[in-house]
Amino acid sequence: MNMSMLSVTRGRKRLHWTDVLSYVYLLVGLITLFGPVLWLVMSSFKTEAALGMYPPSFLPYAQKSLVVTGHDQPLPLFLVHQDGQAPRAMAQVGRIGLMATMVDPAQPDVTVQVPIQQRIPITELAFAWGNYADLFQKFNFGRFLWNSVFITVVATLLTLLFNSMAAFALSKYQFKGRKAVFMLIISTLMIPPTIILVPVFLVINGAGLLNSLWGVILPAVATPTGVFLLRQYMLSIPDELLEAARMDHASEWRIYWRIVLPLSAPALAVLAIFSVMWRWNDFLLPLIVLSRNEFFTLQLALNAFQGELNTQWNYLLAMTVITLLPVTLVFAFLQRHITTGIANAGVK
Amino acid sequence: MRIFALFFNLLEPLFRWAQTSLGKHRLAWLFVGPNLLVFGIFTFLPIAIDFVYATSGGVNLMPLERPFTGLENFQILLECRDYSDLSTCRKDVFWRALFNTFKFTVLQVGLMVFFSLVTALVLNRKILGRGFWRGVFFYPVLLSPVVVALIWKWMLQSQGVFNAALALWDLPAIEWLTDASWAFFWTVFVSIWAHMGFYTLILLAGLQAIPQDLYEAAQMDRASPWRTLTRITLPMLMPNLIVVLVLAAIRAVQIFDEVFVLTGGGPGTATTFIVQFIYQTGFAEQIHLYGLAAAASLALAGFLVVLTLLQLRLTRASEVGEKVPR
Amino acid sequence: MSLLKLRAIDKSFDQTHVIHGVNLDVQQGEFVVLVGPSGCGKSTLLRIIAGLDSPTSGDVWIEDQRVNDVSAADRGCAMVFQSYALYPHMSVYANMAFALENIGESRSEIERKVREAASILKLDALLDRRPTQLSGGQRQRVAIGRAIVRNPKLFLFDEPLSNLDAELRVSMRAELRDLHRRLGSTMIYVTHDQVEAMSMADQIVVLRAGRIEQVGSPQALYNQPANTFVAGFIGSPRMNFIPISSFPEGANALNWPVGTHTMGVRPEHWEQAQAQDQGTWSMTVQSVEYLGGQQLIQGHLPCHTRIEVLGAGEPRVHIGEQLSLQVKASQAHAFDAQGFRLPRSLL
Repeated sequence: MNMSMLSVTRGRKRLHWTDVLSYVYLLVGLITLFGPVLWLVMSSFKTEAALGMYPPSFLPYAQKSLVVTGHDQPLPLFLVHQDGQAPRAMAQVGRIGLMATMVDPAQPDVTVQVPIQQRIPITELAFAWGNYADLFQKFNFGRFLWNSVFITVVATLLTLLFNSMAAFALSKYQFKGRKAVFMLIISTLMIPPTIILVPVFLVINGAGLLNSLWGVILPAVATPTGVFLLRQYMLSIPDELLEAARMDHASEWRIYWRIVLPLSAPALAVLAIFSVMWRWNDFLLPLIVLSRNEFFTLQLALNAFQGELNTQWNYLLAMTVITLLPVTLVFAFLQRHITTGIANAGVK
Repeated sequence: MRIFALFFNLLEPLFRWAQTSLGKHRLAWLFVGPNLLVFGIFTFLPIAIDFVYATSGGVNLMPLERPFTGLENFQILLECRDYSDLSTCRKDVFWRALFNTFKFTVLQVGLMVFFSLVTALVLNRKILGRGFWRGVFFYPVLLSPVVVALIWKWMLQSQGVFNAALALWDLPAIEWLTDASWAFFWTVFVSIWAHMGFYTLILLAGLQAIPQDLYEAAQMDRASPWRTLTRITLPMLMPNLIVVLVLAAIRAVQIFDEVFVLTGGGPGTATTFIVQFIYQTGFAEQIHLYGLAAAASLALAGFLVVLTLLQLRLTRASEVGEKVPR
Repeated sequence: MSLLKLRAIDKSFDQTHVIHGVNLDVQQGEFVVLVGPSGCGKSTLLRIIAGLDSPTSGDVWIEDQRVNDVSAADRGCAMVFQSYALYPHMSVYANMAFALENIGESRSEIERKVREAASILKLDALLDRRPTQLSGGQRQRVAIGRAIVRNPKLFLFDEPLSNLDAELRVSMRAELRDLHRRLGSTMIYVTHDQVEAMSMADQIVVLRAGRIEQVGSPQALYNQPANTFVAGFIGSPRMNFIPISSFPEGANALNWPVGTHTMGVRPEHWEQAQAQDQGTWSMTVQSVEYLGGQQLIQGHLPCHTRIEVLGAGEPRVHIGEQLSLQVKASQAHAFDAQGFRLPRSLL
């Protein structure tokens, strides 16, 4: 039985005023936190023209067009208000200055001159999938996507491997210098990437890994958080399992690979989720390591294009939506794991 | 799956050989090895080289080809003719960045932890669909800083939805991102928006660790909801709160990604923070002043070390069960 | 006027029906113990009295006032929780003062009352300590002190001794009894331990599966248990139940009422008999536990019904011995097929 501590419900079904306030707060939170994302997604489906409409509409509308006999291309439709006549839909053939040449689709041969103030575009709900499709054709989007995916997957695999090996050693072996190594790893918490930017650049440069995806993967592979998490979990695996395996003539590597690693699956899953998140969202290090366009990750591409394509928001928005999609999917399906994983790590 | 088995089989003989020659205990070094190697090359070595950069001048990237200049870089950074007027400083951008970072940290951490606390308190109550609401607040944490910045940049630009709303009420449009005060406001707001869910989770876990029967005892002791909150809930949450404050401060001081994309540090230097200063000085300016960038990095590092040690000590204290001194 | 009246209390949690139609009266100054096996609903009932839970139906009356809609804070009850629920970040003094601060008492009044309660419970030296610095027994006293300080109409104890070790439990039992005598207040005490119930209560309420099996003084429950459940629950070692089919020839002399299905005899009520006497029971000894002053002899009757006999420590009984037993009519209880005790006409 959960007693809410800010109200005494006394088994009543009626809502206390603090309950109402709570729900209001949560609703405001929902709007504030999801609203902008929703707006982004909706906007990404608007054509460039629709984006220019001010004030903007929520749903994506595009102007209707119609194929009129005598013209090859479909013509944009407008609702025309002419003096003395009922408003009617007309297709626009051309426009010069403030006058538009329009035809009534029912009488395609008769052209009428309509001042532009007297016409309103007829719009329909239309999702501009072209924004997304064009990304792959016009821009090197497929490349950026590949770079991000490659970095994320490879870095995560290596992170899981290296961190679990280290955690294994630190949790299951008593060796001289164990404490020192552990302290060393803790100390890396005090050296975030922001303060070693220049020398890291030098090292990566020296290793010839500038403008290489590996230059972004390798530095990120050893994480103190990862080692902590896995070590904590591995400590709970009974030592007797290992001893039994040793008596069965299993090598240490086999013990690690076949016993400890599978048993650590839950912790590995949490670390994998974190790692995917971190690597997918990485910005600063890639920014200084990758300067050539073809090596850009999605994040770098977004940043670069918001300068270049300042007017082509439709593409930029579509790219942003694709960039946030994987993380959103992971979140939708694995939210429980993530939030409990962080809660536990935070409490520790 | 077969790739993994292949990998395993490839490495096994190597490890078996190592095991026989080194013995089981020294084998541990082989396991820790890769991790330590990466740390060594990409963390410890760099921090050492940082000192070399910080104490050398010139424009060469190679540390060995840089002339030793002692503490000159620090002098350049810190030198001001008149400390009460920042524009007289030699590197006034540095001071500007420091000041901005300080202002940002205090505001952002204070407000964010406050809202995180309120949200955690609300989520701790008996509400329907708590898991859903928790997810709502946590979602922005997962988004990349670039995405976060673009989401808001889209809404804040002159033809964006915010100005459209203003137009609805016949109010003039505001240049949200090109007005110095507003730009600063939005850097604070956007980073709170993006990160508060994380701290909400931590505080919520702390709240849920408070035993239920304490609340019942307080009920029997006729404590009003307010007194229960101030005399029981908050004091018991204090250790978590302090850890959260320090964690948030550590992150706030290093703010870069979102702000860089949202405002680029502008207008002017209104939203330039210390990490951006380091980035600009070392990588973005015409001349890459590696020495200065390294010196600024070390200044930041010193501050961070203090904060991180504090955080580590506090987490260990609450683990052991010591009372954090009130 | 009863201090506490429960009328037709029913409680369900979702689909689980936990308490069925409980009626209870508690008089001013009584020490009432709610006792029963785990899950019988005794703690739930206590929480309903306290106001921490509401009954699904039924009424709770305190001092002739219906308190169903009155919050726990305003019922004038004080509760000692099983886990003590002491505020870990406050000193003992602050723990005890908290309730008084909440109702706005003056500093001096609070000080006086807290010190008074502390001296009753011998907590004077501990007032500045934190709960984590106290032993289990000390913490328990602080929990009680917190309740005393409020001068409540009703003290509610939720298994307060279950977290203490056996020795401490015995001494605390005596202290609680003593406290009750001193304060003269009304106390409702929940426990699963029938020894505590027997030694402390004025009235015992035996609960099983959410229903009251019997209410009565310890003697009443011991000597006139209402059914086999109460008979078997109260008293240790457990009463022997012998089905009527196992009765030996002479047992009919005990004048069993019509409808007797089972006989109940407490192990301590068996007496040594001469083998040739009429109406004796013959027992083959299977094991003996020597307890010093007593022996717990386990064995079976000719019909293979197992029984226990609690006899004097000497002379020592051996395995395999045949014992002849008899029992006084007044100490042999008759139970019908449903387990209800049948009243016996006295011989």
